[in-house]
Amino acid sequence: MSGPTKSVRFREAIRMGMVEEMERDDRVYIVGEEVGHYQGAYKVTEGMLEKFGPKRVIDAPITESGFTGISIGAAMVGLRPIVEYMTWNFSAVAFDQILNNAAKMRQMSGGQLHVPIVFRAPNASAKQVGSQHSHAMEHFYAHVPGLKVVAPATCADAKGLMKTAIRDDDPVLYMESETLYNLKGDVPEDPEFTVPFGKASVARQGGDVTIVSWSRMVHVSLQAAEELAKEGLDVEVIDLRSLRPLDEEALVANVSKTHRAVVAYEGWPYGGVGAEVVDRIQRLAFDELDAPIERVTTLDYPMPYNAKLEQHVIPSAERVIEAVKRVAYRSA
Amino acid sequence: MSSMSAPKPAATEAPAADALDGSNGASHVGPASRVESLAVGPAVARHPGDTKAADVVKCLRDDSTLDPRTDPGLSSAEVIALYEAMLRTRVLDDRLVALQRQGRIGFHIGSLGEEASIIGSAFALRPQDWLFPCYREFGGALWRGMPLQRYVDNMFGNANDPAKGRQMPDHYCFRQAKVTSISSPIGTQITQAVGFAWAAKLKKDDLAAIVYFGEGATSSNEFHNGLNFAGVFKTPTIFFCRNNGWAISVPTERQTASRTFAEKAVAYGMPGVRVDGNDIFAVIKVTRDAVERAARGEGSTLIEAMTYRLSGHSTSDDPKAYRPDGTVDPWRAQDPMARLRRYLHKHHGWTDARDKELEASLDADLREAIKAAEATAGPSLESMFEDVFAEVPWHLAEQRDELVRGPRAKGHP
Repeated sequence: MSGPTKSVRFREAIRMGMVEEMERDDRVYIVGEEVGHYQGAYKVTEGMLEKFGPKRVIDAPITESGFTGISIGAAMVGLRPIVEYMTWNFSAVAFDQILNNAAKMRQMSGGQLHVPIVFRAPNASAKQVGSQHSHAMEHFYAHVPGLKVVAPATCADAKGLMKTAIRDDDPVLYMESETLYNLKGDVPEDPEFTVPFGKASVARQGGDVTIVSWSRMVHVSLQAAEELAKEGLDVEVIDLRSLRPLDEEALVANVSKTHRAVVAYEGWPYGGVGAEVVDRIQRLAFDELDAPIERVTTLDYPMPYNAKLEQHVIPSAERVIEAVKRVAYRSA
Repeated sequence: MSSMSAPKPAATEAPAADALDGSNGASHVGPASRVESLAVGPAVARHPGDTKAADVVKCLRDDSTLDPRTDPGLSSAEVIALYEAMLRTRVLDDRLVALQRQGRIGFHIGSLGEEASIIGSAFALRPQDWLFPCYREFGGALWRGMPLQRYVDNMFGNANDPAKGRQMPDHYCFRQAKVTSISSPIGTQITQAVGFAWAAKLKKDDLAAIVYFGEGATSSNEFHNGLNFAGVFKTPTIFFCRNNGWAISVPTERQTASRTFAEKAVAYGMPGVRVDGNDIFAVIKVTRDAVERAARGEGSTLIEAMTYRLSGHSTSDDPKAYRPDGTVDPWRAQDPMARLRRYLHKHHGWTDARDKELEASLDADLREAIKAAEATAGPSLESMFEDVFAEVPWHLAEQRDELVRGPRAKGHP
């Protein structure tokens, strides 16, 4: 990071990215439930209505499939919509529009039409919001050719990835986390600062074991790494940032250094982005591996409401530590 | 264009509701007169007689004269051009079904009996307006300037197909003619057309978007969402509902308990109008009115075109399984082609000989196009990986190179 920076919260970093791009390009608008007068369910859009007016910060009737379809249509005619869902969970109502239309319009029309659009919302577990509000939806969407999926863990990446997403000519799904909104961090003030898609970053350097992670779980992994350092294990933490496209090169290069990997993320263990990461590593760096790759995931169970039960279902630093020890062949 | 004045229940000779539980028909029997007074009953347009209801806009009379109150005032050349477009549509339907039966194409979804609705509404648009098809509107796309050859190429999915062989037959897209892509899931195009029209309004582009769907799609959430947004945001959208009697095998009265589909517009704060969909003059009149309303900034209109699907849903459907052929006869008598042909005979010196000549020439054009399309190679393997994203990402390039290297399935060069 070069040039002046500003310390902001994660939600402000997202907002900075959107505001800068809306100032830069008047085709960009944001639509969603309560993004205007209420300033966003999580205050991500605070002040934007005042700044840009109701034609560009649009309170939509409550229907995700409706404002998704409408924004896909608007993107087809040349606007660049940002669609906010209150949470990614509710995008399920608009899944047909995302899967069958946004993702495929360019392909189906033989390149005659395309959909430059950003879908964004908090994703995965929050705190005690039950099974219908805790889905890690990136796994569903990253499966789909035609879509790009990013999930920042830091404030700088939140801003930079948002700007890249808005400038992209294809649909981008941007995954936030309710639990990160208050995180503080430095972000570059340069309006041309962007973060490229498909490039992972190293959140912590280490030589013994690699933890691959993204979004909130990067912070859980860092916490685990600090604990493990006390026990003499030097752990590297890779923050994927971009789930599709995926930074295969970084995975291979890193595992070639540590020879052991754990993938830690929210989402069920059956399939998903984590399984994809494991496949890439074992296929492309098989000879580099000194142990089977482990995954630390949400338990294969719909999220319970009860706080104690929930803690066991969400992947924890303790579970990450155990997995790292297993791949390092250290007894617990 | 007036919105709904509750029409009197039309006399109906249609068979009793074939509802499994008879619930829709039940309001017409027994002592439930209070229910009847609310005009709840089977949805309309199961019978051509329903188009005689007072609120239905009509123009072409049985004696082949035009009602001056709704006459769109077309020139002789225009009427003949419209007839030619309708006949081309019908010739296409005929040949494409045959090609599918012969196994030369995979699928066709036709517009037999609905030509006046489709061609008339496309005719009423201005050049700058956009057309969001459902899937039966290839006649409208051709009218708007999609070349016949490109349409036929789409049927074969060859290298010249505007959709590059990626879509099913009849899932064309032709941007130059302002015709968007087709989505198989029901109703999804409705919200997109609303968003398109709304964005155009924000950009101060003077254009309207017409979106087509069947009466079955009025049950989809996109219909509700689309009309609701269009009402709130006052978008220049024309919702063109082809009430053709059937959603595949499900009849209109199993689709809604409303008396008409047009009356649904009231709930969204826009006018709804019923039109005799087999009367091309009336269709042009109501669509033009809707385009003009949109252009004046007065918002959207819902049009219910009362027509009838004379064919099956698509080549994958056999309507004999759920619709005795005899029940179609009253609609055959209202065939929009026959009605326009009678009018042409009476007023424009049309003759059977000219009709035969035109049909032969349309058929010859089509045969040429089919020949050319069949002789055109399929899209290249490499082309498959384009247009997934704006730029081909490395992993798709890798997949492409791997495929090109082979091994390959039989028949692929």
